[in-house]
Amino acid sequence: MTRVQEQVDAIPGRGQGAAPLLEVRDLRVTFKSRGRRPVKAVDGVSLDVAPGATVGIVGESGSGKSVTSLAALGLLGKRGVEISGSVKFDGDDLLNMPEDELRAVRGKEIAMVFQDPMSSLNPVLTIGRQITEILERHRGLKGQDARDQAAELLLSVGIGDAVRRLKSFPHQLSGGMRQRVMIAMALACQPRLLIADEPTTALDVTISAQILELLRSLVVDSQTALVLITHDLGVVAGLCDQVHVMYSGRIVESAPRRALFANPQHPYTTGLLASVPRLDQPRGVPLLPIPGSPSDTLPWVDGCAFAPRCTRRVPESVGCPPALLPLEGSEPSHLVRCVNPVPEDHT
Amino acid sequence: MLTFAVRRLLLLIPILLGLSILVFLFVRALPGGPETALLGERSTPERIAQVRAAYGLDRPVHEQYLSYMGKVVKLDFGTSIQTQRPVSEEIARRFKATLELTGAAILFAVLVGIPLGFVAGRRPQSWIDNLSTVGSLLGIAIPVFVLGYLLKYVFAIKLGWFETTGRQNVAISTEHPTGFFVLDGIITGDLPAAWDAFKHLVLPAIALGTIPLAIITRITRAAVQEVSNEDFVRTAEAKGMTKSVVTRRHILRNAMLPVVTIIGLQTGLLLSGAILTETVFAFGGLGSFMASSVFTRDFPVIQGGILFIAVVFVLVNLLVDISYGLFDPRVRNA
Ligand SMILES: Nc1ncnc2c1ncn2[C@@H]1O[C@H](COP(=O)(O)OP(=O)(O)OP(=O)(O)O)[C@@H](O)[C@H]1O
Ligand SMILES: [Mg+2]
Repeated sequence: MTRVQEQVDAIPGRGQGAAPLLEVRDLRVTFKSRGRRPVKAVDGVSLDVAPGATVGIVGESGSGKSVTSLAALGLLGKRGVEISGSVKFDGDDLLNMPEDELRAVRGKEIAMVFQDPMSSLNPVLTIGRQITEILERHRGLKGQDARDQAAELLLSVGIGDAVRRLKSFPHQLSGGMRQRVMIAMALACQPRLLIADEPTTALDVTISAQILELLRSLVVDSQTALVLITHDLGVVAGLCDQVHVMYSGRIVESAPRRALFANPQHPYTTGLLASVPRLDQPRGVPLLPIPGSPSDTLPWVDGCAFAPRCTRRVPESVGCPPALLPLEGSEPSHLVRCVNPVPEDHT
Repeated sequence: MLTFAVRRLLLLIPILLGLSILVFLFVRALPGGPETALLGERSTPERIAQVRAAYGLDRPVHEQYLSYMGKVVKLDFGTSIQTQRPVSEEIARRFKATLELTGAAILFAVLVGIPLGFVAGRRPQSWIDNLSTVGSLLGIAIPVFVLGYLLKYVFAIKLGWFETTGRQNVAISTEHPTGFFVLDGIITGDLPAAWDAFKHLVLPAIALGTIPLAIITRITRAAVQEVSNEDFVRTAEAKGMTKSVVTRRHILRNAMLPVVTIIGLQTGLLLSGAILTETVFAFGGLGSFMASSVFTRDFPVIQGGILFIAVVFVLVNLLVDISYGLFDPRVRNA
């Protein structure tokens, strides 16, 4: 097993086309607050996002998905947070970029959509103002020009009666509408990368399907790169070409969508797949939750963090943490961090 | 919004009715009456009876009350026994002094408290935050009259920067079109008079404004801290808005909601509760006038003054609630 320990992680998502648009290397985020033990939220994440690629990041609550994206954009603040590693966007290092420059990138080149569209919109500003302010900031549009453009954006995300809607306040809109507004804001400057952090979790099923469809037509089809964060593999299945599965602050499996669904190699991934509700499943069959919760996992230093909950645990799982590597004989783009991966014909 | 305001104003009727009865009974329950103040302790029973009859105090209480209320609905509050001038005139004149003082005090509290609370809320545990915490506690703890005498001693008597008492130097004779002396000086172009009135106003305004200052600072700090952690602030950051836009448009505007309420409530309190400050600085406002009316048993002034203060209090609260709707669209369309 010493060989595994010496091996360095392969880079998930690497090698599609020329230079990656977003290049994350060994990102680590630790929260430190007085009187409490430091929390390692992200523990050495590397990944590449090619221009126009659609990438899903999947994992349970608390696995570090949001923190990864927030850290990359400098949105975690400075107090009590320690960030290391590197995040390059189009070759520029975001982590060491002067604040002004980073603010010019955010919202213009990289946009974000958040989970809860109610709390993510400013309650005392009209949605018109919240859209025009970004047009003012990054595209220099003012007054009526900005309002016209904002109305057009609302129409493009499927909000009718746009001119009147601009004067609405967030509380006057439904949840689905609010998320459409968030998407309109995110796309206002035609960014090259959109990060959507659980964009449909707060919405009910039909609305959530509409929002995903909107993301597909506006983002995926327009060659904007998309990083879609979710805990729902079903959402990923519809939108993403490449999927990274995160567990306890690390990527544990990474593969093109088809390979991941056809041949999941990490026991955690098979667990996630087994807990996805499927339409073709006979009624009454209970979904299979993964036993245990991420909180009682070991830190990665003592071996695989998933080991305590893992049905395929072997003595080698404990001791030294496995590296993220392709299995012998499988595609080089299919990476897994496991000493006892699930054999091909398992599911 | 209109029906809301009207309903609030209608609520004034039962409040004023109940209050007028209470005050009426209260002043008559005090030992002694206006005649004692007018005639002194040793007077003949005939003289006393004469004076009481002149003010109608010899009639049964309910008769007195009905005839009083009959005049009140015509906005006639009677004549002050102390000054022999109409109560409404006396109250109006002195209320302007109180209003000027309260306005200056609140202005001081807002101009210092909001920036201080904002900085403290953005940088918790920094030296300025700790300083503002200690300062606020001190400001709330120190009695107003102690602070008043202290300010007077240091800045008026020792340093001579400001004036000790009154609203304006008696040697200055100038017109008073509004009754707000600083404003009057500016309006009439008499700048030395305005400057003199200002020097009289500063210390009482600071003394009176210290508690509101402490409260506004604390509330602003808490609100800014809370709003800074809201999701929509993160959204504004993610949109790449500049720091000053995030601060002003997104954090401050939301943090101001509770602060506006507290400013309104404090204003209401100061308008009716500036007695100590007005007395220390002999400012001649409504509070000190009311206090002296209690000593002289000036029944018409006490009665009229309390009804007046109740109306002011309700109106200020109504304004606070309406302004909340102006600042918060969620309240407006509710
Ligand atoms: N500001 C913070 N201070 C301390 N710990 C934090 C902070 N933010 C996040 N964490 C911790 O970091 C870990 C990862 O959180 P993160 O929000 O990235 O999870 P997630 O994968 O996005 O989960 P979810 O599906 O719930 O959004 C969690 O254990 C969380 O408790
Ligand atoms: Mg999250």
